[in-house]
Amino acid sequence: MKLNGAQILMKVLQEERVDTIFGFPGGTVIDIYDELARTDIRHILVRHEQGAVHAADGYARASGKTGVCLVTSGPGATNTVTGVATAYMDSIPLVVLTGQVPTHLIGNDAFQEVDIVGITRPCTKHNYLVTRVEDLARILKEAFYIARSGRPGPVLVDIPKNVSVAKTDYKPIEKVSIKSYSPTYEPNTKQLKKVMKLVKEAQRPMIFAGGGVILSKAAAELTAFARKTRIPVTMSLMGLGAFPGNDPLSLGMIGMHGTYRANMATAACDVLIGIGVRFDDRVTGKTDCFAAQAKIVHIDIDPTSIRKNVTVAVPVVGDCRISLQHLNRMIDEADLGDLDANRDAWLRQIDEWRRAHKLAYDQNPEGPIKPQYVIDCLYRLTNGKALITTEVGQNQMWTAQYYHFEKPGHFLSSGGLGTMGFGLPAAIGAQAAFPGKPVVDVAGDGSIQMNIQEMATAVEHDLPVKVVILNNGYLGMVRQWQQLFYDKRYAATCMHCAPDFVLLAQAYGAVGLRAERPSEVEPVLREGLETPGPVIMDFRVEKEECVYPMVPAGAPITEMLLA
Amino acid sequence: MIETEEKHILTMLVDNKPGVLSRVVGLFSGKGFNIDSLCVAETIDPAVSRITIVTQANNLVLEQIEKQLRKLINVIKLRDMTGPRAVKREMALICIRAKRENRDEVLRLVDIFRCKIVDVGPQYYIIEATGDRGKMEALISLLKPMGIKKIARTGSIALYREPD
Repeated sequence: MKLNGAQILMKVLQEERVDTIFGFPGGTVIDIYDELARTDIRHILVRHEQGAVHAADGYARASGKTGVCLVTSGPGATNTVTGVATAYMDSIPLVVLTGQVPTHLIGNDAFQEVDIVGITRPCTKHNYLVTRVEDLARILKEAFYIARSGRPGPVLVDIPKNVSVAKTDYKPIEKVSIKSYSPTYEPNTKQLKKVMKLVKEAQRPMIFAGGGVILSKAAAELTAFARKTRIPVTMSLMGLGAFPGNDPLSLGMIGMHGTYRANMATAACDVLIGIGVRFDDRVTGKTDCFAAQAKIVHIDIDPTSIRKNVTVAVPVVGDCRISLQHLNRMIDEADLGDLDANRDAWLRQIDEWRRAHKLAYDQNPEGPIKPQYVIDCLYRLTNGKALITTEVGQNQMWTAQYYHFEKPGHFLSSGGLGTMGFGLPAAIGAQAAFPGKPVVDVAGDGSIQMNIQEMATAVEHDLPVKVVILNNGYLGMVRQWQQLFYDKRYAATCMHCAPDFVLLAQAYGAVGLRAERPSEVEPVLREGLETPGPVIMDFRVEKEECVYPMVPAGAPITEMLLA
Repeated sequence: MIETEEKHILTMLVDNKPGVLSRVVGLFSGKGFNIDSLCVAETIDPAVSRITIVTQANNLVLEQIEKQLRKLINVIKLRDMTGPRAVKREMALICIRAKRENRDEVLRLVDIFRCKIVDVGPQYYIIEATGDRGKMEALISLLKPMGIKKIARTGSIALYREPD
């Protein structure tokens, strides 16, 4: 059967069971759009290509599926770079399809031509330029395979216009095999035995779980492992939800804005079991001082993460879920002694740390609204079950601290790249994946303006995302640093001009609500959450509130600034 | 403890496709790894090329370099050829001043080092030299005082010795 490139693309998308694409058309992808309109695949037209990538990203983080987006060449492609880098840093499976000028014009500085493969080489897991329609099917299947296997990541496929139009015989590709790429899923049994030995001998063990646990869909196995061994669990920002936040064994988040007890426990532990983490600088603080008394176990599917930042006593290369399944089996067959007695002293010490410095804020009923109070109310009113996206900065940190995530796939936040403007389009993507679930974007007044145009996408496609703006008139996190380390010299962090967010919502055909006093917070949230359709809620919060605890950059994580 | 940085010869077999060299080099520059020299060409299999890079790094960084290279989809195989199990050679074309006062000495060195003179001019010869790194460094240091006008070096290439 002779099909053209665009038709072959549709065939592969259907074989890969893609039901939703986020995109924005242009000259080099008109032929693809022509075919797309004849399929059942839902296309969500965004208002900026960056929004398309973040939406596909949010869709992927929430559903566990591979997100797909389609944009045109030139500026369309370059507008995806921030989104692609965001997905790359957090290892999110995406296939990004970009149009390209016809092959005979490549290299000619043609209209809307850009070397997007060259530009995204460092921030994609892999990328392709398709030069012949005969290669298209294989390349697309490889792209999906690479995106979702091993350590997931974004894969970009650049499709020249003439390739979309050219015809060839189409044969479905049964199996993808790339001889130079074969990730290690099965961990080495000898290494697992060493892990078991450390678990048995440990006096003060700790588990440190991250995004890898969620990507590997290993939350249940992790929870079983922690409970069987009675080992307390801390999480990186990307790992929130991998272990139930309200479990007595949960230490909360670790690192720069982590909890007091998580950071203190890390310094005191004798065995640290890192699962699906990369020991990033936001977590470790000064690396020489990180977990200085502990033997570190590092379980990860990507060998490059192991021994990159910290010294590891027992490296285990393998899939988190498979590794934890093996360990859980080994634990069932082993004798771990009287765990209740053995862990008692350690857990009591941790509880002392918890009581010494709890995450707290003081909401004066007559004073300005505290941003933490808004998150607290949001948590209660949604029963901790909403899908929450965040922007970046203080809004992100307070959400991580005060919304206790019980399950994976509910906290969707740009951790590695820290991209402002991520939250709203990501919420749209998550809502597209789960039309019936409550989806909330927690934003700052700075971040929300970066992709505010996506409100139109939400309204047009009936994606009823709720935006909670913690409006303090500042670029809060940078202002916090200036307050604490630069003698309050607020350079370029005060936004003197701000739109009326209520009117802005209405301008898009959405509902806008505002709260200016603490007594208004709960009623506004309640109304916003219950109103059908997209809603923006503008909370005028305390202007100079800081996120605590805080580990200053380059300091050991035990040296926290406390409220 | 600051580990010593040593030179290592890494050779990798890669897919012979456009952009693969750019990917490998981009990895080095993007992560701040250094490239002393680089040599690339097709192998017997036209679908596969061999890239040979000489880099200088301590053990911890070298481990990262090797892991990051292996992670690249287009890298099929990677080996550190630094030890004695591999045959290593490099080639150079050296344009050396050859005036009456030093011409004899140049010819003598060419003979001792078993090089060839591939171009003769009134003031300069071009010498073609092949050898392991030690031989090349020795030859160049002996020629330098006489006046090397320009030099083109390939950097090291290497192959494992076949087992008996």
